[in-house]
Amino acid sequence: MSKSKKMIDEFEDDELYDEEPLPAKKKKKNGSHKKDKHKNREIWIVTYIFMFLMLAVIGHEIKFVYSDSEMVINNSYNPRQEILAQKNVRGSILADDGSVLAQTVRASDGTEKRVYPYSNLFAHVVGFSTKGKTGIEYLGNMNMLTSNASLTEKIQKEISAEKTIGDNVVTTLNVDLQKVAYEALGVYDGAIIVSEPSTGKILAMVSKPDFDPNSIVDTWDSLVNDSSSSVLVNRATQGLYPPGSTFKMITALAYYRQNGGDVSNYHFNCNGSFTYNGDRINCYHGSSHGSVDFATSFAKSCNSSFANIGLSLDLAGLEETCEDLMFNEDLDLKFTTAQSKYVLGTSANSYDIMQTSIGQGKTQITPLLLNMITCAIANKGTVETPYLIDRIESYNGNVVKSFSPQEYKTIMTEDEAEFLKEMMTGVVERGTASKLKGLSYTAAGKTGSAEYSADKSDSHAWFTGFAPVDDPQVCVTIIVEGAGSGGEYAVPMAKRIFDTYFQSKGLN
Amino acid sequence: MALVISDMSKYVIAVFMAIFTFESFIAFRGRDEEKKEGIYTRQVICMFLVHFVSFAAICLETSDLSYIIFYGFQQILLFATIAIYRVMYKDVSKLLLNNMCMLLSIGFVILTRLDYDKALKQFRIVAISLVICIAIPYLLKKFRFLDRFAWVYAIIGVLALGIVLFLGSLTHGSKISYTIAGYTFQPSEFVKIVFVFFVAAMLAHSKSFGQIVITSCVAAAHVIILVASKDLGSALIFFVVYVAMVFTATHNYFYLILGTLGGCAACVIAYKLFTHVQVRVQAWRDPWSYIDGKGYQITQSLFAIGTGGWFGMGLYQGDPTSIPYVEADFIFSAIAEEMGVIFSICLVLVCLSSFIAFMYIAMRLKNEFYRNVAVGLAVTYIFQIFLTIGGGTKFIPLTGVTLPLVSYGGSSVLTTIIMFCIIQGLYCIKAQEGGRHVKVKEDD
Repeated sequence: MSKSKKMIDEFEDDELYDEEPLPAKKKKKNGSHKKDKHKNREIWIVTYIFMFLMLAVIGHEIKFVYSDSEMVINNSYNPRQEILAQKNVRGSILADDGSVLAQTVRASDGTEKRVYPYSNLFAHVVGFSTKGKTGIEYLGNMNMLTSNASLTEKIQKEISAEKTIGDNVVTTLNVDLQKVAYEALGVYDGAIIVSEPSTGKILAMVSKPDFDPNSIVDTWDSLVNDSSSSVLVNRATQGLYPPGSTFKMITALAYYRQNGGDVSNYHFNCNGSFTYNGDRINCYHGSSHGSVDFATSFAKSCNSSFANIGLSLDLAGLEETCEDLMFNEDLDLKFTTAQSKYVLGTSANSYDIMQTSIGQGKTQITPLLLNMITCAIANKGTVETPYLIDRIESYNGNVVKSFSPQEYKTIMTEDEAEFLKEMMTGVVERGTASKLKGLSYTAAGKTGSAEYSADKSDSHAWFTGFAPVDDPQVCVTIIVEGAGSGGEYAVPMAKRIFDTYFQSKGLN
Repeated sequence: MALVISDMSKYVIAVFMAIFTFESFIAFRGRDEEKKEGIYTRQVICMFLVHFVSFAAICLETSDLSYIIFYGFQQILLFATIAIYRVMYKDVSKLLLNNMCMLLSIGFVILTRLDYDKALKQFRIVAISLVICIAIPYLLKKFRFLDRFAWVYAIIGVLALGIVLFLGSLTHGSKISYTIAGYTFQPSEFVKIVFVFFVAAMLAHSKSFGQIVITSCVAAAHVIILVASKDLGSALIFFVVYVAMVFTATHNYFYLILGTLGGCAACVIAYKLFTHVQVRVQAWRDPWSYIDGKGYQITQSLFAIGTGGWFGMGLYQGDPTSIPYVEADFIFSAIAEEMGVIFSICLVLVCLSSFIAFMYIAMRLKNEFYRNVAVGLAVTYIFQIFLTIGGGTKFIPLTGVTLPLVSYGGSSVLTTIIMFCIIQGLYCIKAQEGGRHVKVKEDD
């Protein structure tokens, strides 16, 4: 406003100078000025309105180019990618130590072939670039098609009629961890995510069944037609599974919140099953846990006790907790994810409530979201945005752009995170994940055995946890499809991964 | 080597465009026109360099001699325009003249790159327009009774739009043009000026409530015919221009508020009534879901701007022709893609500078009719730019209007040149008026 006034005044001065200032008529003139000023006010207003509109458009354009365009232009409908591909050789994808995960090899006749030296090992996370683009081949697509080679390089290449070499994408992935995770999962289908809770870096991401990206063109038809095992889906980010007992972390959090941060009054007597309104909930393999407090219920993963806890919960509160933990929303991440579902509602019947509070029922979660929640517990309640690309380098190693950790969201208080950490430590110390006890590092976590079909013998084995407890450095989430109990199948895999991680750090 | 030069040229172009833009705002400071000669000279130099470097890149890329000749003709036309207008009318606004030529030259560059034949056609129309329109300031000074023909303007406007509605051919699903001897005319472009003259004359005559009601009815007739022709972009422009003119002429905030509310209501009704409005709004809100269909244009436009980035991909290095109707409706996106976002922002600012120059003369004029005309033309000009650039960048839904002076389209460029020349005429009248004004005062 003051600026507009000033401009009006300036303009008035202008008018003054236009006409000869005769002293005798000065008064009258001032009068006519006021009138002029009044006369032009509306024109100024209209001018400002449209100036504002145009500046808004400019601001919008700047914002688009600055923050949104990178995602937008990496769309397969953007024909400019082809133009860039003709000018530049597609850059490579590198692991954190510089190992090549994907590179374009040129034959002497000028034909290009995309080569993946580790074949199946990084199949989903690195992806492929021939039959559409997936994984990091998609995320870093524009970067690899763009060349930040020096100008002299470019001139040289142009003179010798060669293509310029595109930039390399350096990932956060670690070959050793990926290998051990891949081997640990063995013949089972499922997914493993290894991440760094303090930064959000993803160190390994495995999904099985897998495929060999080197021969994707040849095997494409059979992969696409095979609808039963959905090989191409990255189960780590897009697989939706019943959370099983890992959901007890969330039930526990909701209970903790509703009881003002004090669970010391809770006691329950478990005799292997819990019946309410004629509906029965069994503990795993019908084992009876006897008299348990809250921490023991959690450590032993007592279904009966948690069904009982579930019935005492305010359902609106449980729903709110789930929504805090990013259920029912699309994660704002660069890579494709599925939406985890929590659908109990507030007017559910007691059977559904009991089922849901032990992680059965209709709740579905992606391994990625469970990993993010676990990272938050390890990181004082805050999730760091999971990311796969650490930096972009020109082909000769000059850093073009580097990505630093970014806070995604604080999903619980530090106190709540500390509470769950304590509970999860109990799981290792005296509960279902005792295979992680007594090692050179301390660990905390939660197991799960998620029943996914009416046939009771089948269950998915879950484990999610982190180590060391006091200063969490690495977070592991594992789902093993149809294997059995989490404690038996998933926990040993976690142990192998933790071992490898701390060995490489020289802490073992 | 061509690649390296075209790679470098985009930075050079951006720098000179930025200097030009900077000068086009500096020119508003101070009163002494003679002191500003330096600014105008620098602007002309920058314009020459932007044009020259762009064509250097084009010629290297195409290695075609005819482009050099074409460049020569363009250069002659632009400099002749500046020289002749300056000589013939000493009171002409040099800033506005430079801005107009800059926008024309950008149009030539990008049209040559997109489609040589269309660029040639456009060049011929521009050349003829500039020659014809040179008479406008003179005629405007000579015929001081243009405010007496309000009803003539009204009849011409309604008839011209009405005829198109009944006889017009179908272009882009909207009936907005007809073709005579191979040239497609878009009367709504010319009627914009006639309409402004009509409203200006009515409001200069009287500002009584009754007069406003009558004027509103005629204005509504224009808008309704345009809506019926499915030319919603033009309908919106007419409406906004009308509200702005009534507000500035009557000094009554009531009309501004009423107009704004009425406009919003009309938009909601249009959305409810017309499926093609709904389609455009949907395509605007979520183009990605309709990327194969109604969202195709806008997503291609965003790809162009985004892939180009701050300095652009360089002339001939991008793929602007993947955007449907790029020469007319999406010329801005093509410019952003190949010449850079920074360049395109400068372009918007040059348009804004021209708009301010339009409004500036409106404020200085004493004659109410001329004041109204200047405000009306200024708003017509800037609002159209807002619609086309806002649409291309997904700021607002697409309306399918051209970027004045830059886009391909004979009717559009001729109309805009006429508008600029009318404003130049008003600058000349003001100079005269100022002189006479002082004399009268002394006689008192």
